[in-house]
Amino acid sequence: MKKERIDALLKELEELSQDTALGLNDDIRNIRKKLETKQPGAFSTWDHVKIAREIKRPGTLEYVNLICDDFMELHGDRYYGDDPAMVGGIGIIDGRPVTIIGNQKGSNMKESIARNYGMGSPEGYRKALRLAKQAEKFQRPVIFFVDTPGAYPGIGAEERGIGEAIARNLKELSILKTPSISFIIGEGGSGGALGIGISDKLYMLEHSIYSVITPEGFASILLRDSSKAKEAAAIMKMTSEDIMNFNIIHGVIPEPPGGAHENPEETAKHIKEVIKQDLGVLCSKQPEQLVRYRLKKIRSIGHFDEQKGWWKELFSIFSKSLDLRAL
Amino acid sequence: MKNDLLDCPVCGKQYKREQILDSYCVCQCGHHFSITPLERITMLADPGSFEEFYGHMTSRNPISLDGYEEKLEMQKHKSNMNEAVVTGTCTISNMSVILGIMSFQFMGGSMGSVVGEKITRAILQGADTGTPVILVTASGGARMQEGIFSLMQMAKTASAAALIEETRVPLFIVLTNPTTGGVTASFAMLGDVIVAEPGALVGFAGPRVIEGTIKQKLPENFQRAEFQLEKGFVDAVVPRSELKKTLAFLLRTHGRNL
Repeated sequence: MKKERIDALLKELEELSQDTALGLNDDIRNIRKKLETKQPGAFSTWDHVKIAREIKRPGTLEYVNLICDDFMELHGDRYYGDDPAMVGGIGIIDGRPVTIIGNQKGSNMKESIARNYGMGSPEGYRKALRLAKQAEKFQRPVIFFVDTPGAYPGIGAEERGIGEAIARNLKELSILKTPSISFIIGEGGSGGALGIGISDKLYMLEHSIYSVITPEGFASILLRDSSKAKEAAAIMKMTSEDIMNFNIIHGVIPEPPGGAHENPEETAKHIKEVIKQDLGVLCSKQPEQLVRYRLKKIRSIGHFDEQKGWWKELFSIFSKSLDLRAL
Repeated sequence: MKNDLLDCPVCGKQYKREQILDSYCVCQCGHHFSITPLERITMLADPGSFEEFYGHMTSRNPISLDGYEEKLEMQKHKSNMNEAVVTGTCTISNMSVILGIMSFQFMGGSMGSVVGEKITRAILQGADTGTPVILVTASGGARMQEGIFSLMQMAKTASAAALIEETRVPLFIVLTNPTTGGVTASFAMLGDVIVAEPGALVGFAGPRVIEGTIKQKLPENFQRAEFQLEKGFVDAVVPRSELKKTLAFLLRTHGRNL
């Protein structure tokens, strides 16, 4: 729909500018070229969700292989175990050592089960924090790759404090004294995504999604019908474009036509460029300054009104009229 | 609210609300009924000492969700509150504190922009003025109606907890029934001391979500305060009648002039 509209407008522009000396022909040709490779509005939110969940979509380790000159994976949280749904280690990008931490889903059924579909356990979040603190100690930047439907809702995860593990990560990562960049590369689902998503810079791949709950969860709770996930996705505003418009991320990384899995090398190249560019800037800043900016950014997110309401008056009347026992 | 009939879900005994205000809205069998922030203030704060702040803050509709404004209006009338948390200053046994009380009555105590901002301001004001902060939680988690903005409130409140830690001003958490989701996974688990009311459901994923995942029924005590005590995630389970005394003890032992 949108493409036809733009085509028509371009044609009109072409006709209008023909007799002028503006020289728009080259620009118009450029726009046409872009239209052929990227069709605006060609993707519904649900299309993005499907691409973000595509089993062949590159995960953390795939990007690590394509971006790093060298990489060593590090395991375990030093308390309980090693979570295969969360991977991390030390890599070298263009000669610079970095710590890389990310969710890992698995690229076939067997691996998906072994990695619990990228749904992290407390051990995963504690491993992530251990590696981030290690990076801080040795002054390495941290790169996060987020790709999870959410943290694992299971008995063991609850018994070992999945809530506490995520909470601690949010707290510690918000004041981590080393540069950090996060990339939402697939699904950015809820607290499980946020638990490794606090950083100086935050990017989303074009077809990735970021939301407070899965569309299925939103549909079953707010629309009271879990089969309405498609409808829910559209109203939740979870695409990279939506989140960019909300000013929550710093940029959107383009993907090849059809999605990152169609050309992982090209996608990795774009990610690597952003990493190199950002680290150049971030690594020149004092860690305290980074933390200050990071906190300011986090603090600024939210929409509310502060005009005086009727509640205050009501409260004072209420507190006088309600005869509760004075302690 | 105050004339409601209360049915104890444990022993089935029925009360008129004003009948058991004297016993802190606790059933003879020990079941703790939900109470309003106002009742909580009356039970904790020294009489007349509570002064609310930011009480006029209200939510917008950041993701332009159909029906959210109407829902908010309805909730305001139903609960006599502007939002799901009340914050302010008061004294407890003559010691100054900043007190934040969440209410499950207002949209399930869910945390959107307003709740996140008020909790954050309460914590930061404590840090700035050297006043201990007590937060009483009751929440189903992040408010889905505000989409990604609600998720970000987890980061906001947790970063405030990081800042108050650096000032050595204490942050105390009182977990009440229920505290789940994004509130558990942010400031509620970040107190210097965390106490819970008896029987309070405390967890990340709700019991129904877990049952849906593992396809089996959960044990009765799963995620209850006593379970979290056993697993090491709360410092103490404190009956409501002892709460003021307990908080006063904590305030006395966490002063900076010791």
